[in-house]
Amino acid sequence: MWRYVIPVIVVAVLGVFLYRGLYLNPGYIPSPLVGKPAPEFSLPDLEDPSRQVGSKDYEGQVALLNVWATWCPPCRQEHPFLVQLAKSGVVPIYGLNWNDDRAAALEWLETLGDPYVATAYDPQGDVAVDWGVYGAPETFLIGRDGRVLHKHTSALTPEIWQRDFLPKIAEECGSLPCPLVEGE
Amino acid sequence: MMKLIAAWLMLLLAAPAALAIEAEYGFDDPAMNERYRTLLREIRCPKCLNTSIADSDAPIAADLRREVYQKMAEGYSDDEIIDFLVSRYGEFVVYRPPLKPSTFVLWGGPIALLAIGGFAFVRILRDRAQRPLDEDSIT
Amino acid sequence: MIPELGHFSLILACCLALAQAALPLAGARVGNRHWMALARSAAAGQFVFCAIAFSALAYAFLTNDFSVRFVALHSNTALPTFYKFAAVWGGHEGSLLFWTTVLAAWTLGVSVAGRDQPLEFSSRVIGVLGLVSAGVLLFTLLTSNPFDRLPSVPLDGNDLNPLLQDPAMVLHPPMLYIGYVGMAVPFAFAVTALLTGRLDRDWARWSRPWVSGPWIFLTLGIALGSWWAYYELGWGGWWFWDPVENSSFMPWLTATALMHSLAVTEKRGLFKSWTILLAIIAFSLSFLGTFLTRSGILISVHAFASDPARGLFILGLLLLISGGALVLYAMRAKDLTADGGFTLLSRDALLLANNILLSAAAGAILLGTLYPLFADALGFGQISVGPPWFNIAFLLTMLPLSALLGVGMHAAWRKTPPTLLRNKLKWPAVFAVVVGLVAPWIFFGTATVLSTIGIVVGLWVVATSLVDPVTRAFRRGGTSAPLTRATWGMCMAHLGVGLFILGATVTSAFDVELDRGVRPGDVWEAGGYEFTFRGVRRVEGPNFDADEGEFEVRRNGELVTVLRPQQRVYRVQQNPMTEAAIDSALHRDVFIALGQSLGDGAWSVRVRVKPLISFLWLGALVMAIGGLVAVTDKRYRLQPAERVERVPDLAPGAVRAQPAEGR
Repeated sequence: MWRYVIPVIVVAVLGVFLYRGLYLNPGYIPSPLVGKPAPEFSLPDLEDPSRQVGSKDYEGQVALLNVWATWCPPCRQEHPFLVQLAKSGVVPIYGLNWNDDRAAALEWLETLGDPYVATAYDPQGDVAVDWGVYGAPETFLIGRDGRVLHKHTSALTPEIWQRDFLPKIAEECGSLPCPLVEGE
Repeated sequence: MMKLIAAWLMLLLAAPAALAIEAEYGFDDPAMNERYRTLLREIRCPKCLNTSIADSDAPIAADLRREVYQKMAEGYSDDEIIDFLVSRYGEFVVYRPPLKPSTFVLWGGPIALLAIGGFAFVRILRDRAQRPLDEDSIT
Repeated sequence: MIPELGHFSLILACCLALAQAALPLAGARVGNRHWMALARSAAAGQFVFCAIAFSALAYAFLTNDFSVRFVALHSNTALPTFYKFAAVWGGHEGSLLFWTTVLAAWTLGVSVAGRDQPLEFSSRVIGVLGLVSAGVLLFTLLTSNPFDRLPSVPLDGNDLNPLLQDPAMVLHPPMLYIGYVGMAVPFAFAVTALLTGRLDRDWARWSRPWVSGPWIFLTLGIALGSWWAYYELGWGGWWFWDPVENSSFMPWLTATALMHSLAVTEKRGLFKSWTILLAIIAFSLSFLGTFLTRSGILISVHAFASDPARGLFILGLLLLISGGALVLYAMRAKDLTADGGFTLLSRDALLLANNILLSAAAGAILLGTLYPLFADALGFGQISVGPPWFNIAFLLTMLPLSALLGVGMHAAWRKTPPTLLRNKLKWPAVFAVVVGLVAPWIFFGTATVLSTIGIVVGLWVVATSLVDPVTRAFRRGGTSAPLTRATWGMCMAHLGVGLFILGATVTSAFDVELDRGVRPGDVWEAGGYEFTFRGVRRVEGPNFDADEGEFEVRRNGELVTVLRPQQRVYRVQQNPMTEAAIDSALHRDVFIALGQSLGDGAWSVRVRVKPLISFLWLGALVMAIGGLVAVTDKRYRLQPAERVERVPDLAPGAVRAQPAEGR
């Protein structure tokens, strides 16, 4: 009678899924923003509070938005690479300073170098929530039409840059560095 | 006169700080508070190891609690707040899986198990009711 | 030296386990009594060497031997001695060693208690247990050796995770492991029944204590874990449907079904294949739990450090053990059918419903726990399945079961006259409905449909559990026989269930949660109590520094208690930890935890008032005691006369022990 065979079959099917599961990464959460328009925002500049920094600043360009904070050790680790990246001028990098203290953040940029065209200061984290940020560091790649092309959580390394970001930038621009859009 | 103005200014400046302590942790109205706490338990802290934002000390959990509080205060409904968060963090962030084709098995599962169990019960009972009652099985 | 001794002991234990598995099983197959007899000695030897290995690891902890990697990772010179010992099971490798030692202990127990069982039977049981032992010991030795040394010895250790530095947390894993691992015994009994092709009343009678025993420990272990989470994690929650929690709950549900199914098998010889299947599944779920917590496959606060290689090994073991037993089941179970009838209104039918509903519940929980994995593997993306889903799924199966519980206790075997049931159950039903409808309004001023159903059902279970004891107490010199321990045990255990249902319903529906920022001198009201915040001061503990808050709690103007929650920072790893302050009483808990400092002496605090939450732990305790009372019933202890007459074969018609009356 085949009802006695059902338990073995169930276990076998379960076994297949469990085996597959060993090689999945349950902690990896893809961002629902990828492929959608990036959230618009306007925040005080970290260095000069009377100025506003926001999505308008990189409109029409391919840009990086890097979410960082002084209390975040991996941010410290990726920082030298960001400085290097900024120097190479491939893509402009904008910073979003998240849940942080202005003085500490300024000192950090002073000592470690400032790769950002401008840094927005988001002490309450309202803008970060809009971007679906849940940890630092996170780096977003934004396309010329304002869509989010890619989101990377955790520290940015040369390998990840090569593997995940450059191909998408090349696809978007056709050549590097990205040519500016007319009227910029 | 100046002293008076200064004193009032100090009071005015201090007041938001005083309010900041009271606000954004809960509502005074018990019904709203209850709704707030229930909603918090439906939302998963994205960075934590399987806790809701009601049960976590992580900065993102605190940010999201505040976000939910503000939205509720602005009059958003529960569904609207959930949609707001899902559109930014993905479906991972809610503990109640949405009902859609990929979750039919999940939502239908318990009901299916009960139905199968019910059928089995009826069948076995019909069979056993036919058999002699005083018979016991000893091998 | 000692760690090496421990390591060597473990190797010896593994060899003995292999012998314990191979020789008796082969011997039983071919009829070699020498080999079969070796089972007992092999089991004893394996236990001795496991115990030596365990002691060696404990010794390394107690002497601060940081050259052993496991000790260095989980201990510290400043750690209190009690926790140094508990740290043995505070991490993956050590807890695995504990697992194998517990299994060896259970095996020894079965071996000793089964002295008078036929050799063909006991040797197979011990042989199957040996297979499991060997598998886990190999896993330990090859991938998770607790005795690995570090190339350079650190000056001091990493310290035990502060979350584990707590009495309840020390007891919770051992209780749980003794329960989990103990389910291997019914598993072995079931496989033996399949191998021999015979399942009779003796088998049922022998197996019952070995199901109830682990079940008691599982009940206590799960309750301890829940209680610990409640007072230690500082949020007032007591069950999260976390994958690791579910991993212990599914075996519990299945073991409960097994206990009840065994009752039918013993009494009437029915449900044999159900019983076997449940025994196999209960242990398989235990083992699945071991896999889920150690493979990194699911996200959980409880999970040990993950490693796909280890995960693969355990998965292989799981599929071998579980799959192997189920293949045997597929081949042999159909030969176990039996004659015997019953009608709808009978204990048999109700226990069948019990089997079905508990299995459905376990199945539903398994589905919910693994669904994120299924979805991810099938490319549906990351979804989360949490308390909102689990609560619905669980209640769907458990509410009908709880309602039937009351009837099942009083139904007779085969067929119950409806009038008998009506007379017995009339007053409990009236009591449950009337009090259930009215009480919430009296005590809380409000009620919801769900909470009312829960309270009515809880009261119903409590009342029906008390019918027998109460009527016996009031009927003097009656003709009915005195209640056996088994009956007392059943009434108590079900009373425990009722108390638990009441606690869970009331505390979920009527608790008060309030988060707020407060300054010294602030006064506020919550849940009928008035709170006054007096401020926060610094205190020092043995291995931590803390901010301690002082809160006065008043009711109707009178001081009830002063609560002092702490926000600790453990010095070695600099982990912050919240210690909530709880005032416990039977009818409610008042719970305060500190949040964060807001500057200027102001703090954010979490206040909870939880009515009837003690009923949760009380219910579980009463359940466990009920189980203990039932398992010490005299019919599980062999009478002296039987020992002499025991025939060394499971031949039909041989002398059988008569079950005690009443059950």
